[in-house]
Amino acid sequence: MVESKQQWKAWLYLSPAIALLLVFTVWPIVNTVRMALLEDYSIAAASGGDRVFSLGIGNFVKVAQYQNFLTCLKNTALLCVATVPISTLLALLVAVALNSIKPLRKTLQTIFFLPYVTNSIAIGMVFAAMFNIVGSVGTRRPNIVTLGIINNVIEFFGGHYVNWINTGSSYWANMIVLIIYIVWNALPFKILILLGGLQSINKQYYEAAKVDSTPRWRVLWRITVPLLSPMIAYVVITGFIGGFKEYTSIVGIFGESLGPAHAPGRLNTMVGFIYEALEQYHQGRASAAALILFAIILVVTLINLQVSKKRVHY
Amino acid sequence: MSQQTLKVMQSRDLKRTTSKQNIGHTLGTVGIYAFLLFMALVVLFPFYWMVISSLKSLAEYRMSKPTFWPQTLLLSNYRDAFTTANLGRLFLNTAYVGIVSTLLSLFITIITAFAFARLDFKGKDLLFAALLGTMMIPGELFTITNYITVNSFGWTHTFTALIVPFLVSVFYIYLLRQNFLQIPNELYLAAKVDGTSDWKYLWKVMVPLALPTLISITILKMMGAWNSYIWPRLVANDDMHRLVTNGLRNAFKDTSGEVNYPVQMAAVALVSAPLFMVFIFLRKYIMAGVSRSGIKG
Repeated sequence: MVESKQQWKAWLYLSPAIALLLVFTVWPIVNTVRMALLEDYSIAAASGGDRVFSLGIGNFVKVAQYQNFLTCLKNTALLCVATVPISTLLALLVAVALNSIKPLRKTLQTIFFLPYVTNSIAIGMVFAAMFNIVGSVGTRRPNIVTLGIINNVIEFFGGHYVNWINTGSSYWANMIVLIIYIVWNALPFKILILLGGLQSINKQYYEAAKVDSTPRWRVLWRITVPLLSPMIAYVVITGFIGGFKEYTSIVGIFGESLGPAHAPGRLNTMVGFIYEALEQYHQGRASAAALILFAIILVVTLINLQVSKKRVHY
Repeated sequence: MSQQTLKVMQSRDLKRTTSKQNIGHTLGTVGIYAFLLFMALVVLFPFYWMVISSLKSLAEYRMSKPTFWPQTLLLSNYRDAFTTANLGRLFLNTAYVGIVSTLLSLFITIITAFAFARLDFKGKDLLFAALLGTMMIPGELFTITNYITVNSFGWTHTFTALIVPFLVSVFYIYLLRQNFLQIPNELYLAAKVDGTSDWKYLWKVMVPLALPTLISITILKMMGAWNSYIWPRLVANDDMHRLVTNGLRNAFKDTSGEVNYPVQMAAVALVSAPLFMVFIFLRKYIMAGVSRSGIKG
């Protein structure tokens, strides 16, 4: 009696969550696979009535052949490969440095966390302002009003200004701006996790190293990094997952055109591709691209786990 | 050589190496501080640049050598930003969506986590594992179908479309369940003996005990509403329902070339301010929540 009453009650407690999950989580999983596997599927054609879609992998083939998709894939992969190692290494250095000082630690810790509590579109606009050249460059008659703060700093140190994001800017200049912004944005989370890990390392290791008067860099490389490796693996994996979903940073800096004025769409990413297909009502193509993204994330995560299994000390 | 002189020499040797080490150590510490302060400067500079640019006149901003402190403080940029981007409306919309979705989401999270932590039913472990499994799937995969679903429900250009699809967060359920499990069983049994109902026990005992986690969830959820961009742009990109991030991007389309940056930076500062306020007062809860989640908003 009591048993069945509890059963009934538990399902009552769970019912709102389950109802919402069925509609907004379970059904989308099923439907995405369905739409991706129906040739040329779109809602407009489907609601027309009697059109029957044949089963096949046409959507995947089309996506893979699409020049635009390859650009998006290349951009996403490049951003990942560049930003994850840089931000992890910087975060590790900052975390280790923070862990080795007493005065100012709390203040600095708070400062390093600040980029986390920002709106990535809003602060992207600030980065755009810092790199932008006010006036016109890249046209036949350039009329430069001010080079912007970053270029001024470069010229102060004797360098030549760079056209970072304006008309006529190069792909690599754009990428460097994006990489700087994404690394800046990714640091706080990584520092927080790594610092948390550092604080749980047993102090005895360091005392032993002190007795042997081991130099600092060797302590870092031989003691800290191996003991911290589970945390490092964690931030690398989450970094890759986040990197493959990169999109809003690019909108923040370049606007919805996703590129400088003369080359719109040049910096689009996988996620951007999915939304573009969705907005053009190619639901089948969007679904296929989303599944490809999921597969890539899964594979990269598995590779990461495999590598860390060999390298990580638990 | 006598025993004594040998000892003296040894101790001198020892002293020399330790003083050498000390110098190395001090230099190292100076280096560490220099590195940290440089990084702090890099982190803070965009915020500094945002604030001082927002206070400059357009003429001053366009000077070929940028000034590091505004010659005249021009607060009218903020007024212009507020009206250009229609920020008042955007703030109200976002606050409404944020508050309603947070309250509903908290309610659902609490009762679901309670069922998983305290009640017994068939298939509990399997269901919970299936829930956790969905966390691996990128959100973009859900968005495509949810967009279709929301359209077919006739929810486009409504706040409902912004709130309902995101009410259940598996991660928050997981977080709260872990917290509920830490509450000793004896409390529950004692309450049962006293004849307290499950419902009353949940709200009078468990919820107050899990308050820090609930505050973390609230903040992350509100920040999520404030920062969400893709979904709101897709389903409710009209003047009545537009949220703040999307509205900001819409109001200032150009990012390079001839742009009135002072006003744009003032708008950015106004949008960033609430987040900073929350951070200053509730830092502890945000950092605790984030270190367990690894998700932005």
